[in-house]
Amino acid sequence: MVIEKGKKKKIYTGLKRSTRIIRNLTLIIPAAILILMIIVALFADLGWIGLPDIGLAPQDPNATHPRDKLLPPSFMEGGKSDYFLGTDRLGRDLFSRVIYGARVSLSVSLIVIFITALIGTILGILSGYKGGRADAFIMRVTDVALSFPGLLLAMLLWVAIGPGYWTVVLALSVLGWAGYARMIRGESLRIRESDFVAQAQVVGATTWRVMFKHIFPNIVNSLIVIMTLQIGMMILAEAALSFLGLGITAPTASWGSIVADGRTELDRAWWISAFPGICIGLVVMAGNFLGDWIRDKLDPRLRQL
Amino acid sequence: MADVLLEVRNIVKHYPVTRGLLQRTVGWVRAVDGVSFTVEDGKTLSLVGESGAGKTTIAKQILLLEKLTSGNIIFQGKDIYKYSAAELKRDYRPKVQTVQQNPWSSMNPRMRVRDVVGEPIFVNAKLAKKEVYENVGKLLNQVGIDPEGMNRYPHEFSGGQRQRIAVARAMALHPELLILDEPVSALDVSIRAQIMNLLKDLQTEFNLSYIVIAHNLATVRYMSHSVAIMYLGQLVEYGESEALFNNPLHPYTKALISASQLTLPEDAKDSSKQIILSGEMPSPLNPPAGCRFHTRCTEVMDICSKEIPEMKTIGTQQVKCHHYT
Repeated sequence: MVIEKGKKKKIYTGLKRSTRIIRNLTLIIPAAILILMIIVALFADLGWIGLPDIGLAPQDPNATHPRDKLLPPSFMEGGKSDYFLGTDRLGRDLFSRVIYGARVSLSVSLIVIFITALIGTILGILSGYKGGRADAFIMRVTDVALSFPGLLLAMLLWVAIGPGYWTVVLALSVLGWAGYARMIRGESLRIRESDFVAQAQVVGATTWRVMFKHIFPNIVNSLIVIMTLQIGMMILAEAALSFLGLGITAPTASWGSIVADGRTELDRAWWISAFPGICIGLVVMAGNFLGDWIRDKLDPRLRQL
Repeated sequence: MADVLLEVRNIVKHYPVTRGLLQRTVGWVRAVDGVSFTVEDGKTLSLVGESGAGKTTIAKQILLLEKLTSGNIIFQGKDIYKYSAAELKRDYRPKVQTVQQNPWSSMNPRMRVRDVVGEPIFVNAKLAKKEVYENVGKLLNQVGIDPEGMNRYPHEFSGGQRQRIAVARAMALHPELLILDEPVSALDVSIRAQIMNLLKDLQTEFNLSYIVIAHNLATVRYMSHSVAIMYLGQLVEYGESEALFNNPLHPYTKALISASQLTLPEDAKDSSKQIILSGEMPSPLNPPAGCRFHTRCTEVMDICSKEIPEMKTIGTQQVKCHHYT
């Protein structure tokens, strides 16, 4: 039967109005937080589109003000209106640093998610669809990647190529693809057995065609779900590395490195660690809630993840 | 006699059974064990048997989805294992297509109908998208689907319509042999006749040969020119359709036909005419010695459990049973 478009009936959803509102809020609030954070990160300054003088950050994040060390936030007693969230040990504006930190933290996590998802998807599909020796080999490598201590690898890379933005990206990517590969392999195995794949083989479709026209489109949903859930994980991982000094190093601000920076002043200036910490918490929660919501919509079978 | 399009000669397919940590092979499932038949130009051969008799396994071998353990499949006079990869792609695959049983799982849910039906053409011919879709329109027309529907997704169609679309896809490369794996068994009874008539019409129009896999004898009788009855990986009876239905020789064939006939209340009193098989089909892992059917046969003799019967030709039929030796 042809389904007619444009006709929308009111369907009884079986849910109370209040329940529906709460469910929708679990989409709207996390999505709003993430979008806000991304806008903040993008528009910290507009130097990258040729407008270096405008931006959301009120000050240069690395400019020191020796006379304004460890000032509390402006809304507290003793705070200055120039420094909305106060200043750190070197008198740098914390608000600007948190804004610039968003740029580093978010971009690291998004780049890592993109790289790991790409590698994991290709290897997972190859492994699941080809089977045999390719599968055995890829899965053993995956096992190694999953069991290798990430911190040790980060330290090795830190020693080998020195600290920096791309070292963090590399450290998180080198092992991160394995989870994707496992999951995608399972899905590919399931789809490989389906009738429409047999049909494509009968027609003479090449392995590549089957993998990208038949298997990939049918795992995209699961992939999106996992990628969203990874936003929080990667933010946390980057923060942890930076906190331990294996990640982004001074003077560049990332949320993790600001938290680390404030650790020594915790008794006198709690705000240095607290505000980037709150940002980490918010984004991680937003990522998880959004991931849950998308999962429920797209692929309820993945509940256990 | 018409020309032979496909000949299957003594094909065998065994699947290994592995067990334990080291995946040792502990036995073989004898899914197909020495089957021979021929398919003539423009004619229909039906493979009939219970689930597990090996019908679908034979289909997989002919479609080259799996590799034979032994035996030959000869298409237009040439063994298909002697084709080179390029020849297979050019001379064999396009000519042997299939319609699967389940129209809900045989199409990628993420593809539009135009790409589902067009896929064989995309894969095998270098045509522009527009030309392919023109062809798709013609194909859909041929099977009685409005070509406008090609922009929709498969789930927007009913089972019968989807099976028509599946037929259109199978026709896309102008095949010579279609393997119809239970083409109507997933459909409502009311739609079955339509699809069967469509298939018969296409056969006359394009001189197609069919291998129909079925367990519904009414379907088989309606569609086929010759019939092969399978039991536990082997043929037990093989012959022209009318002769076989009018004069079944093998006890298993008799039982199948008896089971398929509708019983009206007045006939039910005369239960002596009905043959009801007891028990399950034995495991193909360890088939019975002698005649494979002897464990369930109603006319079993002493010799049946000891000696393997030979295929005997009686009239136009071939039968594998000790009663005819």
